[in-house]
Amino acid sequence: MSTHASIVSPRNRATVIGVGVLIAAILAGLLIGPVRIGTVNVFRWLFSFGQAPTGMSEQEALILAELRLPRVIVAGLVGASLATSGAAYQAVFRNPLADPYLLGAAAGAGLGATIAVGYGPAGAIDVTVPIAAFVGALVGVGLAYGLGRSNLGGRAGTSLVLAGVAVASFLTAVQTFLQQQRSETLRQVYTWILGRLGTTGWDDVWLALPSVALAVTTLWIVRRLLDVIEVGDVEAQSLGLNVTRLRLVVVLAASLATAAAVAVAGLIGFVGIIVPHTVRLLVGGSYRSVLPLSVLFGASFLIIVDVLARTVAAPAEIPIGVITALVGAPFFVAVLRRNRRAI
Amino acid sequence: MGKPLGILVAFGLAVSLAGCGSEEAPERATGSDGGSPTSGTSSFPVTVEGTNGEVTIDDRPVRIVSLSPTATEDLFAIGAGDQVIAVDDQSNFPPEAPMTDLSGFEPNVEAIAGYQPDLVVFATEPGDLGSSLEALGVTALQLDAAPTLEVAYDQMEQLGLATGHAAEAEALVVDMRSQVDELVAGADPSAGLGFYYELDDTFYSATSKTFIGQLFELLGLENIADAAGKGSGGYPQLSAEYIIQADPDLIFLADTKCCGQSPESVAQRPGWDEIAAVTHGGVVPLDEDVAQRWGPRVVELLGEIAAAAETAEAAAA
Repeated sequence: MSTHASIVSPRNRATVIGVGVLIAAILAGLLIGPVRIGTVNVFRWLFSFGQAPTGMSEQEALILAELRLPRVIVAGLVGASLATSGAAYQAVFRNPLADPYLLGAAAGAGLGATIAVGYGPAGAIDVTVPIAAFVGALVGVGLAYGLGRSNLGGRAGTSLVLAGVAVASFLTAVQTFLQQQRSETLRQVYTWILGRLGTTGWDDVWLALPSVALAVTTLWIVRRLLDVIEVGDVEAQSLGLNVTRLRLVVVLAASLATAAAVAVAGLIGFVGIIVPHTVRLLVGGSYRSVLPLSVLFGASFLIIVDVLARTVAAPAEIPIGVITALVGAPFFVAVLRRNRRAI
Repeated sequence: MGKPLGILVAFGLAVSLAGCGSEEAPERATGSDGGSPTSGTSSFPVTVEGTNGEVTIDDRPVRIVSLSPTATEDLFAIGAGDQVIAVDDQSNFPPEAPMTDLSGFEPNVEAIAGYQPDLVVFATEPGDLGSSLEALGVTALQLDAAPTLEVAYDQMEQLGLATGHAAEAEALVVDMRSQVDELVAGADPSAGLGFYYELDDTFYSATSKTFIGQLFELLGLENIADAAGKGSGGYPQLSAEYIIQADPDLIFLADTKCCGQSPESVAQRPGWDEIAAVTHGGVVPLDEDVAQRWGPRVVELLGEIAAAAETAEAAAA
């Protein structure tokens, strides 16, 4: 019994902690907000599956069902997507600074959103902006991949990253130009880029869920291969791995997740870098652990940050992208220092 | 507006440098040097007070370029419209204003100088438009966003002095004051109606400290954004659940053009259909051009708000 426990211990303990943290984060997301709703009532509401229990106002039930619950779910999906994509990118590009926006996803999404706001039908922006951002992100990554694909052997990853830089600069320039043409759309595009969960509803859940589920599952399946490719293209090839195909699959899946995240939440920085690295510091570098734990901790992290976003200045909101870095950077430094001392 | 726009303005720095190649604009306008027929009271030179300090205008300007939609409305309202030769691409009122593709957000000094203006009126100052124009010998008067109605009145009077229409400007202000007084006297603050003023579809709002917020305060309406005011520069972003809980009697939409919002789209937002303003028909679409300016049409806007408040009172009673 005890020997058994010691074998599975480090990874499984982290998984148990991860699940526990996620449940706590979800509960915090439902319990805490600018409107005070009694804790007991929230639990009774949960266990009656969304029916307003006696003693709870209809308005409170509405706030829980239509605002807080979808917001918690979307924050979780976005956090999981960004953290997992970041971890996967860091593996296939062998670059610790790789984040989900590395290959032009952010610039593509920004351009898509700008086109939708400035040139799309004015009444349907709620629908057109997320879709345009989603398509834009995929187009950005597609361009970078198409242009940067090469047979440079060990340097194929570098070539992709450089193509991503070029594509991102180009798309951002087009976006800025279009914004100057339609200066009345500046504010809206900018608010969108800052990242938002303040207007999240169930339609955002349904928009993001299929892509995120597909992408995260794919990355989960290939997680063992990420350990191999991280060593080097040549080494991985000598072990019989089709490096080009694996990199394509990972880039596709990560971009799909990123595009979905950007579409419903705007650009939220830092999650894709900080969460995987924190996980690595806690459980070591193998992607067998890093990937699943990035899903759990990424979701928890963004749900908690979103709780802060709507309570710190309540009843005002703070853009979530500001808080991810504001909270995330010191936390990350703390983990880094603690880990160094342990060594 | 508020914070996002402020940051954006920084984006739009004009790269143009003064000078190189462009001909010196003529210092003095030829002809019509005598006072205008409509007002004998103004005399030149005259010194007026702008956001950029004291500005001396030597002769009655006859080639005015306005880069501020509010200043454009002011100029036409005080009878100086004939002296205006070009306005910026946002100055869409009155319709007879000579709109050009000049931008007030990213002003191009060379393009402005190309109109050979003898007076340029502008509101925001990204970079150093004023000093660049002065370097070209063009008189520049900055009239920045007015924080209060009094400042807005003062800007009209300064424009009156600057253009030789002091008497008309004074009459306009007197007329506006009396209309505002009348609307305020007709309002019933005891009704305690709460309202939410929406700047965009991510729930940015304006507190009573802002220019627009003061108009509502004049009528005794209670602003739900005031609770979120601290540290927001007057333009906080509200939480949806807070708006639902605050249950305002009135919702004013200043995002009909920018964001395509309407009473129908508001009613469709998740959880909003229970808000008093939605159930009682108290969602009021505003012309955001009027709502974002501090010119003569402020009175119309105040009248619209007062009328909506009256309807809401009747619905609540």
